[in-house]
Amino acid sequence: MQEVKSKVTSWLIPIGAVIAALALGAIMLLALGAEPLSGYATMFGAAFGNLKGLSATAMKSIPLLLVGVGICISFRANVINIGGEGQMVMGALWATITALSFPHLDSLMLVPLVLLMGILGGAVWGAIPGALKAYFNVSEILSTIMLNIVAVQIMNYLLRGVLIDPGEIERGTRIPQTARLPETSDLPLLFEGLRVHLGFVIALLAAFAVWVLLWRTALGFKLRSVGLSREAARYAGIPVKRSIITALALSGAMAGLAGAILVFGSESHRMVTDGSSTGFTGSAGFNGIVVALFAGLHPLWSIPSSLLFGGMLVGANALQRAAQVPSALVIALNGLIVVFVVSSEFFRRKLQQHHSARQAIEEDSRLTEENVGS
Amino acid sequence: MNDFFSTTILIATVASGIRLATPFLLASLGEALGQRSGVLNLGVDGVMLMGAFVAYFVVLKTGNPLIGAAAGILLGMVFGLVYAFITVNLHAEQGVSGIGIYLFGLGMSDLLFQKLVGTPLPIMPFPEIHIPLLADIPIIGPMLFTHSLIVYVAFLLVPAFTLLLNSTTYGMNIRAVGENPAAVDSLGVSVTKVRYSAIIIGNGLAGLAGAALAIELGIFQHNLTNSMGFIAIALVYFGAWRPFGVMAGSLIFGMVAAIVLQGKTLGIIPRSASDLAAMAPAVITIFALVLVANRFKQPAALSKPYERGR
Repeated sequence: MQEVKSKVTSWLIPIGAVIAALALGAIMLLALGAEPLSGYATMFGAAFGNLKGLSATAMKSIPLLLVGVGICISFRANVINIGGEGQMVMGALWATITALSFPHLDSLMLVPLVLLMGILGGAVWGAIPGALKAYFNVSEILSTIMLNIVAVQIMNYLLRGVLIDPGEIERGTRIPQTARLPETSDLPLLFEGLRVHLGFVIALLAAFAVWVLLWRTALGFKLRSVGLSREAARYAGIPVKRSIITALALSGAMAGLAGAILVFGSESHRMVTDGSSTGFTGSAGFNGIVVALFAGLHPLWSIPSSLLFGGMLVGANALQRAAQVPSALVIALNGLIVVFVVSSEFFRRKLQQHHSARQAIEEDSRLTEENVGS
Repeated sequence: MNDFFSTTILIATVASGIRLATPFLLASLGEALGQRSGVLNLGVDGVMLMGAFVAYFVVLKTGNPLIGAAAGILLGMVFGLVYAFITVNLHAEQGVSGIGIYLFGLGMSDLLFQKLVGTPLPIMPFPEIHIPLLADIPIIGPMLFTHSLIVYVAFLLVPAFTLLLNSTTYGMNIRAVGENPAAVDSLGVSVTKVRYSAIIIGNGLAGLAGAALAIELGIFQHNLTNSMGFIAIALVYFGAWRPFGVMAGSLIFGMVAAIVLQGKTLGIIPRSASDLAAMAPAVITIFALVLVANRFKQPAALSKPYERGR
């Protein structure tokens, strides 16, 4: 009973943090001249109120969920992966190059192949900072940030150069984008008339796979042990260096898959750059961190979490149309939620300390009584 | 190409490199101060964006770049106060909460811009100040001594910060708090106060960095900084937490950017090659990180919240 109670309170605090963030968002809406309640109603109605909205929400949640479950792996191993953006870009590039190289493969071959290349591209881009951390003691926070910048420049270079749509050169418009990718690489739609595609199912499966990996395999046990205490893990004979590299590679793999799905599930079926990583990823590499944190770094809880944040993105666009509130509001709100959730950890810990202290006192008095009794 | 022409280009490139290095330098000096006190702030880019917007807006309304810059600093300090509360009092994980600050700044600056300004109007830049006598030195003069006030301030802060960190009690306290907060605490110096002040000054500089960028460019737009704040954080490691090291890193980034820009306008380098050139500083930084990680120790208490008795 006691256990259940402490679990409930530990859940209440992050939820309280989100409510606090949403309340601040309401104040922001008011300041922007929009009615907060009807504003939020518009948002959630657009995101979850009808099939089209649900489909759009599912689409937005795909990269968030994939990056998020990747973050679950790395954060559980106590490795801070800020490189989701770059890993998405690299995964997308590897996959795009593959699709352009093998246009004649049929769909059953090409779709799995490009997704696999996306996974590999992201994994390599994650493994590099992993190796730098393991062998040269370079902070993964910094190297992943730097590799984000490198990945964006590689993307710009390739999309303006060898990968550019030949039509863009003919027309002289030179928009940095690829030609339409082979139709056999399109991700199949799940339902007639709705935009949501196979990528959503893949993301759900990936979330489940990561849960199995973390809690049902020896590798997952090793990664989590390294996360809890590197020293203890080393003492127990777990290869810490290799685990760090693995954690970042797996985390990158998930982001890479997200990048690939973003390309092959896009409406234009091209890879396009506006020169920044945000332009391609929609900041999913960062927002995935928000999703994972909100889910308590649990891959299965990341599913509803990603749907919530995906829905907020869809809702924000609706709000922009309905009430002229810039959709950038959601990015700001996401930032607030991160700050609040991370800060709320303090209160959760305090509560836990208080709780275990009380338990210790109770235990102590019980033992004393027993001793007195005998 | 004759000699006169190439000298002019050289002067212009170096001068613009110094200008472009200024936001990096201001932001990374601020970050270095915070890290020296043991606090990692990954939100620099967000604070820069907010500083840039506020400065842009204020200059748009008042026409005075100095007031704009002051507004940037002030806004950064407010963010610093909030960040100090989160990290010092609430012990929030610093790697992650900074990303929250970044996202907030990214979204908020865009939101405010769209709501309050909408169509981008150019603003008044800083006037150039020609330092008497020094500006008249051939070649060196126009390279180094014909900049705006903010550039001089940024580069003067380098020796000032070196002095501050190495030769003042306050600087000693900052460094000590970053290395061993428990020891400082036992001497009766407030860890909280030292960290609060370092974070607030550091974020003020990040705000000023954003202001410098917006006022120098004369515009604001969505994601104006384009990850400059993140680079500034890496420059702190690049410079091994020392002001002059940070300055060297900033100058490399500024110079590369200037060369790329100059090459593009002259049509010497094709656009695609300039993307690769733009990548160079990031790659150099990664190698520098490898070197620094083995030679210089980061502040021992970096990103570790201090709790008495633990």
